[in-house]
Amino acid sequence: MGKTMAEKIWDDHVVRSHAGEPDLLYIDLHLIHEVTSPQAFDGLRLSGRSVRRPDLTLATEDHNIPTTDLDKPIADIVSRTQVETLRRNAEEFGVRLYPMGNLDQGIVHVVGPQLGLTQPGMTVVCGDSHTSTHGAFGSIAFGIGTSEVEHVLATQSLSQAKPKMMAVEVTGALQPGTTAKDLILALIAQETTGGGQGYIVEYRGEAIEALTMEERMTVCNMSIEWGAKAGLIAPDETTFEFVKGRQHAPTGAEWDAAVQYWKSLVTDDDAHFDKVVTIDASTITPFVTWGTNPGQGVPLSASVPDPATIEDANERVAAERALEYMGLTAGTPMRDIDVDTVFIGSCTNGRISDLRRAAELIEGRKVADNTRILVVPGSVRVRLQAEEEGLDVIFKEAGAEWRGAGCSMCLGMNPDTLVPGERSASTSNRNFEGRQGKGGRTHLVSPDVAVATGVLGHLASPADLPPVPATAGV
Amino acid sequence: MEKITTHSGVAAPLKRSNVDTDQIIPAVYLKRVTRSGFEDGLFAAWRNDPEFVLNQDAYRDATILIAGPDFGTGSSREHAVWALQNYGFKAVISSRFGDIFRGNSGKSGLLAAEVDEKVVQALWDFVEANPGAPVTVDLESRTVSAGEGVDRIEDSFSIDDYTRWRLLEGLDDVAITLSHEDDITAYEAKRPSFKPATI
Ligand code: SF4
Repeated sequence: MGKTMAEKIWDDHVVRSHAGEPDLLYIDLHLIHEVTSPQAFDGLRLSGRSVRRPDLTLATEDHNIPTTDLDKPIADIVSRTQVETLRRNAEEFGVRLYPMGNLDQGIVHVVGPQLGLTQPGMTVVCGDSHTSTHGAFGSIAFGIGTSEVEHVLATQSLSQAKPKMMAVEVTGALQPGTTAKDLILALIAQETTGGGQGYIVEYRGEAIEALTMEERMTVCNMSIEWGAKAGLIAPDETTFEFVKGRQHAPTGAEWDAAVQYWKSLVTDDDAHFDKVVTIDASTITPFVTWGTNPGQGVPLSASVPDPATIEDANERVAAERALEYMGLTAGTPMRDIDVDTVFIGSCTNGRISDLRRAAELIEGRKVADNTRILVVPGSVRVRLQAEEEGLDVIFKEAGAEWRGAGCSMCLGMNPDTLVPGERSASTSNRNFEGRQGKGGRTHLVSPDVAVATGVLGHLASPADLPPVPATAGV
Repeated sequence: MEKITTHSGVAAPLKRSNVDTDQIIPAVYLKRVTRSGFEDGLFAAWRNDPEFVLNQDAYRDATILIAGPDFGTGSSREHAVWALQNYGFKAVISSRFGDIFRGNSGKSGLLAAEVDEKVVQALWDFVEANPGAPVTVDLESRTVSAGEGVDRIEDSFSIDDYTRWRLLEGLDDVAITLSHEDDITAYEAKRPSFKPATI
């Protein structure tokens, strides 16, 4: 019988396999950030161990760092301690670190692909659940806890039980005005937050093949939001094109050998998936969440659902609780929900193509009164690229705030947080209670919906925007 | 790591589904660089609510948490496990755990016992009818039990063999792997040269 792409990659990384034990997998790339690594380095120190392969390890600062006053030390002392601890650990253990102020600093999942470190056929791990992002290149990439971070640092390997295999067949084509973000939000609503549990998921089908690399990263990024161990997409010309020429991409004969290997990483026709789910991309319209988990979403054209109509008792109670937390009433059209803050950024939608799209939409328009838009590039290089293209000027002229790179309001570890009761439309990936600040209320949206919402002051899609005034751009 | 064989203690009913790791411990509490002290952040958003289960006298000293489905979904933060442990929890019972959370529990020595949804309901009913009465999680026999006589609840829970063995023995994962260092070295010798390096 044939193998799935994930099985091929898995098998190619087995260091040791023994009946009754999980496989020991070799890890090709270990990414590190300041929040989930200090205790791992401590563990190494306590047991007198070293980092086995500093050359396969990369650290960056992203979760804690401020997006304003970048020339000053971090004001929050605890955050600063955590960042400084990472710097000390990187120095002591010989790990390359891209600190604040470095051209290559940024959100760990933006930086890896940008440097060309993320390539097809790899195993990539990081003490961060959105490591699934790197699966867009046709890699097995997943988040790990701090004990596992220590394990990978010490051994460059990880013991893992082989997950089951699932295929997500995305048929049809995404309609204009609908994005990869809408696709993944619609899929999670269909499959619920536990639907992918225990599986490595392969996204396939014509709609997936048509996506750019950055769109594929948006899709794979949210694999964890429906519980999947990892999500991946078969590498193809789009992938090779993206990787080629980047700083850490192979060159010359190495490139040819790599591409030859990468091309072998497609699922065989007679491979077996333990589960197959289907979604028709052509039926998807702009999608938004109304609740406090990423599966609680509806098309923007719909209304806040009525928990009473939900059959499953747990889901029903969860929906009631979510509406209470979100301050919403069943039956309210989603478009009638006013929004205070719009956050454009994160490892889901903080890449250059996201910012280009957002800038194009906002050009000549103004942020609504009583609403603010925060634009936070995913990395320093994304910020510089955007500034070179004049996108920052477009955002600022529209009344949006242009910030430094980092995770920022995606999780509110830095000063960018919501206040209790404040409502946001966010291009990030989690609408959990308090995720963006205690008491904050989050609606997950695409960059397109984010901009339209910021301009109109309520949840909206670009189609709702009045035409740009004729004087714009003059 | 301490060995775990069996644990009996007060069990608190956390009657919510989808308690993600941001609920278990919000991001602002993740800034410590040690493994201790995270109990302050445990369920931070709910801790000031007098109605919250851990604020009720009967459950204040709970060492077992009985949670709804999809406990520990979301972020990879092992701080969620540490927060529960720092507070005093030894075991969590649920019908479904977030993958990474369950993995982290196994590494840190928190027993994550996956049971049928009916068992969760039965245990909830039991601890609410008998607040403060002990519940037992026995890793050796893979069972959860509570009560006596006709009301006795006893059912199995699932945990993978390998994690169970490691917990029973209190083994250090890194040391186990390093005993296979030759295999790692042999693997490295045949890795393709086109694979990227960070330095
Ligand atoms: S942007 Fe958000 S989801 Fe992504 S790594 Fe940062 S905190 Fe995590």
